[in-house]
Amino acid sequence: MKDKIAEKLLLFIAFSAIGSLLLITFFIFQQGIPLIFKIGLGNFFSMHWSPTRGQFGILSMIIGSLMVTVGALIVGIPFGLACAIYLAEFSSKMVQKTLKPIIELLAGIPSVVYGFIGIVILVPFIRTHFGGPGFSVLASSIILGIMILPTIVSISYDSLIAVPNTYREGSYALGATKWQTVVKLLIPAARSGIVAGIILGMGRAIGETMAVIMIAGNALKIPHSILDSVRTLTSTIALELGYATGDHRAALFACGAFLFIIIITLNIIAIRITGRRE
Amino acid sequence: MTFRIGPRTSQIIAHIILLLMTIVTVIVLFFIIGYVFKNGFAQLSLEFLTDRTREMGKEGGILPSIIGTLFITVLAIIIATPLGVGSAVYLVEYTRGGLLRKIISFGADCLAGVPSIIFGLFGFIFFVIQLKLGWSILSGSLTLAVMIIPTIIRTSEEAIKAVPQSYREISYSLGGGKLDTILKVVLPTSLPGILTGVILGIGRAIGETAAVIFTAGSSLNMPTSVFSSTRTLAVHFYILAREGISMPKAYGTATVLIIIILFVNLVAYRLMHRFMAKYY
Repeated sequence: MKDKIAEKLLLFIAFSAIGSLLLITFFIFQQGIPLIFKIGLGNFFSMHWSPTRGQFGILSMIIGSLMVTVGALIVGIPFGLACAIYLAEFSSKMVQKTLKPIIELLAGIPSVVYGFIGIVILVPFIRTHFGGPGFSVLASSIILGIMILPTIVSISYDSLIAVPNTYREGSYALGATKWQTVVKLLIPAARSGIVAGIILGMGRAIGETMAVIMIAGNALKIPHSILDSVRTLTSTIALELGYATGDHRAALFACGAFLFIIIITLNIIAIRITGRRE
Repeated sequence: MTFRIGPRTSQIIAHIILLLMTIVTVIVLFFIIGYVFKNGFAQLSLEFLTDRTREMGKEGGILPSIIGTLFITVLAIIIATPLGVGSAVYLVEYTRGGLLRKIISFGADCLAGVPSIIFGLFGFIFFVIQLKLGWSILSGSLTLAVMIIPTIIRTSEEAIKAVPQSYREISYSLGGGKLDTILKVVLPTSLPGILTGVILGIGRAIGETAAVIFTAGSSLNMPTSVFSSTRTLAVHFYILAREGISMPKAYGTATVLIIIILFVNLVAYRLMHRFMAKYY
């Protein structure tokens, strides 16, 4: 009897995560989607964001989000993969045991700290050495690239380590060098994990808010160069939610809904990739 | 005549490049913390930690933010721990593969990837406005609780899985029921692993900004109840830095924040390590 009640109660609790996810989906969409129907898709995906005049075009922010995300990947993937490969294949056990936890520990550094470092170091550096306002696509890409490093390193490392040792031994027995083994054998074998890590990193970059607000400049126009100011979907939500009312607030929720769809799609892809491996 | 790099040479070049890139990565990450500490340590004093915040943060200390962060985090953990651990127990002890397990796991995995600004939007419309809790510690904690549930589920699940099957069998053979076995054998054995998840959740809650700024608000008053609005350390630091109110105070606040988070994560890591060494 006691066991039956406990099982029912635990089943109910077990739905807390998926239940929360559904609740989040419901409220974000309920608040945002009616506005998209009211103003029409043409207005919503236009270039003009001018809430006081009823224009809620998010195209420039979509492009902004896309630019900083691609920039973050350009910075994050090479360094993240290099770190993962070095730790998994080239370093001693000692180095592995020290660096892996350190990199994972750094994943816990709050995003505002990264944004702050952007303000005090990176933005002035870009302003003096490359020109422009400093608050830019470039600054955001570099900071976001650093922020997604731990995600990429950690997941790629785990999938490289998971490749059976017989693969390596077979390759060495054929006279291949370590690097040849990595390129020809280990990376293809660990591919799904590496891709999942990159996709999760991408999700983190698109969704990041506070760090980007602090260093992107947030001007409402499409940047013409990487030194121009940029505004992302997330920054728009965070900058304007504090005072927005009526349709304006609904438009911010519509931005959120759009962002949510992208992130959930990326998550599902990553989950499917890693799930297949198991 | 084409010049080809032999396998030995390419091996050496690759090794050097990978080593250099790893060193750069580690240096950058250390530099970030080191830079904040270098400028922040000078700001730390007993007065900074125990004084009220004055003139929007230009003067005084950060006591209200420390108290606010503490309240919000503790409440979030109190809400999230039973839900997270309960889900993990159900996943490991009651499901045998199948659709139900897939749905529950999928929910946790997806929720883990949702960005904090979405939690902020959700908490704002649901807790602050619909449930009329206003900008308050309670709204902030509820939002953070939803956010850290997946962390607790995932870590607890691993810990509970690691409990050897023989422990359960011994308990059953002694006449223990399923619930008794879970409460008296499985949970005590996996406690360090579960605690790791809870502590990681604490770390995430303390460092969060986007999800709390729209749910707990940014009041600098000393919180008096769960319905008071408060400004957590991370939010206070964000406002100091972004509005350029006081750079020295921003460095000081960031240093306190980073020290707390590194400490929390280090404890979680040590605990996990000891636990894993025992059962894996």
